[in-house]
Order: sequence, then structure tokens, then C-alpha cells
Amino acid sequence: MSYKADFRIWRGDVDGGELRDFKVEVNEGEVVLDIIHRLQATQAPDLAVRWNCKAGKCGSCSAEINGRPRLLCMTRMSTFAPEEVVTVTPMRTFPVIRDLVTDVSFNYAKARQVPSFTPPADLKPGEYRMQQVDVERSQEFRKCIECFLCQNTCHVIRDFEDNKAAFSGPRFLMRIAELDMHPLDVADRQKAAQEEHGLGLCNITKCCTDVCPENIHITDNALIPMKERVADRKYDPLVWLGNKIRRRGSGD
Amino acid sequence: MATGTTGPAGGTGTNAPGRARIQARHLRTDRWWLSPAVTVAILSAFIVYSTWRAFANDDYFAEPYVSPFYSPCLASKCDSMPMSANAPLFGDWWGMSPALLILIFPLGFRLTCYYYRKAYYRGFWASPSACAVPEPRGKYTGETRFPLIMQNIHRYFFYFAAVVAVILSWDVLIAFRDEHGAWGHMGLGTLVLLANVLLIWAYTLSCHSCRHIVGGKLKHFSEHPVRYRFWGFVSRLNGRHMELAWASLFSVALADLYVYLVASNAFDDPRFF
Repeated sequence: MSYKADFRIWRGDVDGGELRDFKVEVNEGEVVLDIIHRLQATQAPDLAVRWNCKAGKCGSCSAEINGRPRLLCMTRMSTFAPEEVVTVTPMRTFPVIRDLVTDVSFNYAKARQVPSFTPPADLKPGEYRMQQVDVERSQEFRKCIECFLCQNTCHVIRDFEDNKAAFSGPRFLMRIAELDMHPLDVADRQKAAQEEHGLGLCNITKCCTDVCPENIHITDNALIPMKERVADRKYDPLVWLGNKIRRRGSGD
Repeated sequence: MATGTTGPAGGTGTNAPGRARIQARHLRTDRWWLSPAVTVAILSAFIVYSTWRAFANDDYFAEPYVSPFYSPCLASKCDSMPMSANAPLFGDWWGMSPALLILIFPLGFRLTCYYYRKAYYRGFWASPSACAVPEPRGKYTGETRFPLIMQNIHRYFFYFAAVVAVILSWDVLIAFRDEHGAWGHMGLGTLVLLANVLLIWAYTLSCHSCRHIVGGKLKHFSEHPVRYRFWGFVSRLNGRHMELAWASLFSVALADLYVYLVASNAFDDPRFF
């Protein structure tokens, strides 16, 4: 079944822009990115959109559809009524470059601030040994395709530009959790999470989890466990006392 | 046709400099307001009901049923409740309702609960009301300052909540008596209290702090197989934490209401045997 859909697409750049209306053909089985491509082919050849795999694995085509952060290639047109106006805008947390393309370099800067995997100093490459049961918990986080929809929807930086310096966002707090849970990582991730990456700013309202196209349980499996680990270190006198008496760290 | 034409961004929030200049605060077209509205309505109703019952100081015991709002009684001035797990730690000087002494623990547990935090941050504080719906304030410090930094003591409320759950379990056990104290009987009230305590236990054990304590804090599950199994069990429950939070909230209110109706002679407890 084909029909003509009403689309509103944000066109513009850093100097200003507007929502422009288009009427465009939609065919059965298509996704929003198909419609954007049809617009490029028929009505707006200079419409800028970032995309790559069209399979929900590259994380390139992040945008906002009817106000919700989503991947253009994973949003089926069948989720909208034929008479519904579909509004597509760029992600509203990052600086716009042009049309639907934003500058996501904030995320790369934050990524560089997370020290990489740090094995024990006396362990050489090739000597790493670990049990599957010890690594499988953090493997969930490696499904991340870095679409940055979680970063985009997080109100800590979406609504408060000033927090960008202090807060790394759910994607990188999840990366820190992944490393902290790794059986061979010895870096102090908990202190860094709280003091350098702004874990305390997270109020666990779960929008990052809601928008994740990989269905990673970011809040329940990464952010809250990290908050609990930080609570062990900073806010729980009994755990602190127990560790002092038994001379045991948190890495058991 | 073009709409919402604007110049360079120069505001705050989603209109901060450099971002796409879009006049609308948000563009969501779904009923994003419904969930926070329902949350506010239900939590407000519970607050009103529980406040009334906590201060009522009456009709909380109908042999053999004890209201979960009043168990255990930590003051001396309580109804005579044979076999109940009462401990008059506060003695005679406490003149207000004894419910106020005990309710602070389950209240603190739910107030600092990771799920309820999400619910009331969204519902009552609009922080945010829904995803991609902007906050109505200009500054945000999250859980880094007092009083919200106190959310980090959730685990202590979990410990107290577990003790309260044990006591409520005892209350269910003594509900297998008749109104004269003879064992081997069961009424509708027994089932109501039993359902409530099962949901209370499920909610308490599904707590994120519990998940951390039983095994989540470990780095090497392989060295702690028993704790790993516990962690797996709690993790499965934790996946239903939201549902259990709501179900146990309803059940505790209904259990109290049932005891109130029986104690005030508005309703006769049907006895099965």
C-alpha cells in the first residue's frame, strides 16, 4: 500500500533554520530513512543527513522523529498513521552542522577522557586469563553502536549546556562501568566516575535506556551498579570500616 | 511551506548556542504526560490515605490480623495484640500514633528506591517529565548536593525494610489462628496479608541495593559461586522492580484497609476453616 505522507523536516544550519513541509510517497515496509532518501531524490537534493549501514548497526542516522530520539533507519513508517504529520529534526543536544546532521564531537572528547583498559602491571599480553562468568556481565555494554541517542536524550546535558563540562553522559558512564566490572581492570574507575565524569548528576530517570536501539539496560545494569559501588566508597561507613578492618579492597 | 523560522540560537537548554534553532520546547506528539500524571495521581492518593491511617491510631487490629501500617508497635500505648512482634522501645512518653515510628522505614525505603526516584522525579519535579521534554528550571545539580545526596543511603533503608518484612511475615503466620487464638484457621484476611507480604518480599529483594550487596559489587563471580547464584536470582526479580513497587504499594494499602474494615465492624472477615 502506498500513500502520500506529510513530513516536516528541519532545514538550516548554525545561523538559523526552519521546519519545512513536504508531501512524499510512502510504500509498504519502508522506514523513515527511506523517505528522507526519496526526498533527496525528488524534492530536496541538498538535504543533509548522515547515514551509513541502514541496518541499525552503525549508529549514524540518529535524529528526532516527532520529538523522540530515534534511528532514522530503524523507525518503520508503519508506526505512524497515514494522516499523521511526521516531524524530523536533528538531535537537539549537539551543535547543528546542517539540516539533520549534528556535530557529535562532544562525545569523542568525553571518550578520550576515559582511560583505556588497565590490566595489572605484572600481566603481559598473552597472559590474560579470565572466566566467562566474570566477563559476560559487561559484554552487554559492548553492544553499544555509539549512536549517541542516550547522550542526546539525557536531560543533564540536553537541558543544561553548562553541565557538559562536568558530565560525560550515560554512554561513557556505561563504558566506565564496563571497565570497572572487568575482572582484569585495576584502574580506580569508581572515584573517576563520581569526581571526573559526573555520576552524581544522573538522577536515573531512565531516558537513556528508553531510547537505546540496542536495548542495553544502561540504567539498571551500568549506572545504578556504579552508583552503588560509589556509595560503597563514599557514603557507606560500614563498608568503609569493614574494608579497613579486613584490609580488603573492592576488587574481590 | 516553512514554519518556525528563527535566527541563530542564543538561549538555554535545547536552544543553547550552536544547536538547531527550533522554537517549540519539544515536538512530542504522543501522550507523554499520561505516565507522570498517573504517577502523581496514584502516589498522591497513597500519601493522603496513608497519612490518614498513620495518624488515626485506631482500628488497626482485629484478632488475629494486624495492619502492616502498625506492625511492629514500638510504643507502649498500643492495642493489645497477642503474639504480635511488638517491642515498646519508645515506652510511655510517645503520645502520638505508633504507626509514625515504624512507617518511617518503609517510607524511607520507597523514597530512596531507584524506581520511585525515577517516578517522582518525573511526576512531581518534572526532572524531566518525559524523555526529550525540557525541564522547567534553569539549573540542575542532580544528586550531588543535600538533600538529594542522601539518596545514597538507600541500602540502609533496605536493611530496615528487610527486618520489617520479617515482622510482617510473622504477622501472616499468626493470622493462621481464629479470633480466639486457636491455630489451624484461615480467613480472607489471612490471604490478604499473605499476598501482601509476598509482594513486600518480592519488592524488597528486587531492590537494586540488594542486588549490589548479594553479588553485584563483586568483580570475580567465579570465585563466589553461591553469591553469583543469589545475584542471578535477585537480578531476575530486579527486572520486575517497577511492577513490584506498584503492586506492593497497592497491596500494603489494601491490607491496611482490610484490617480497618474488619476492626471497625464495617465488614465481617469470611473464615474458610
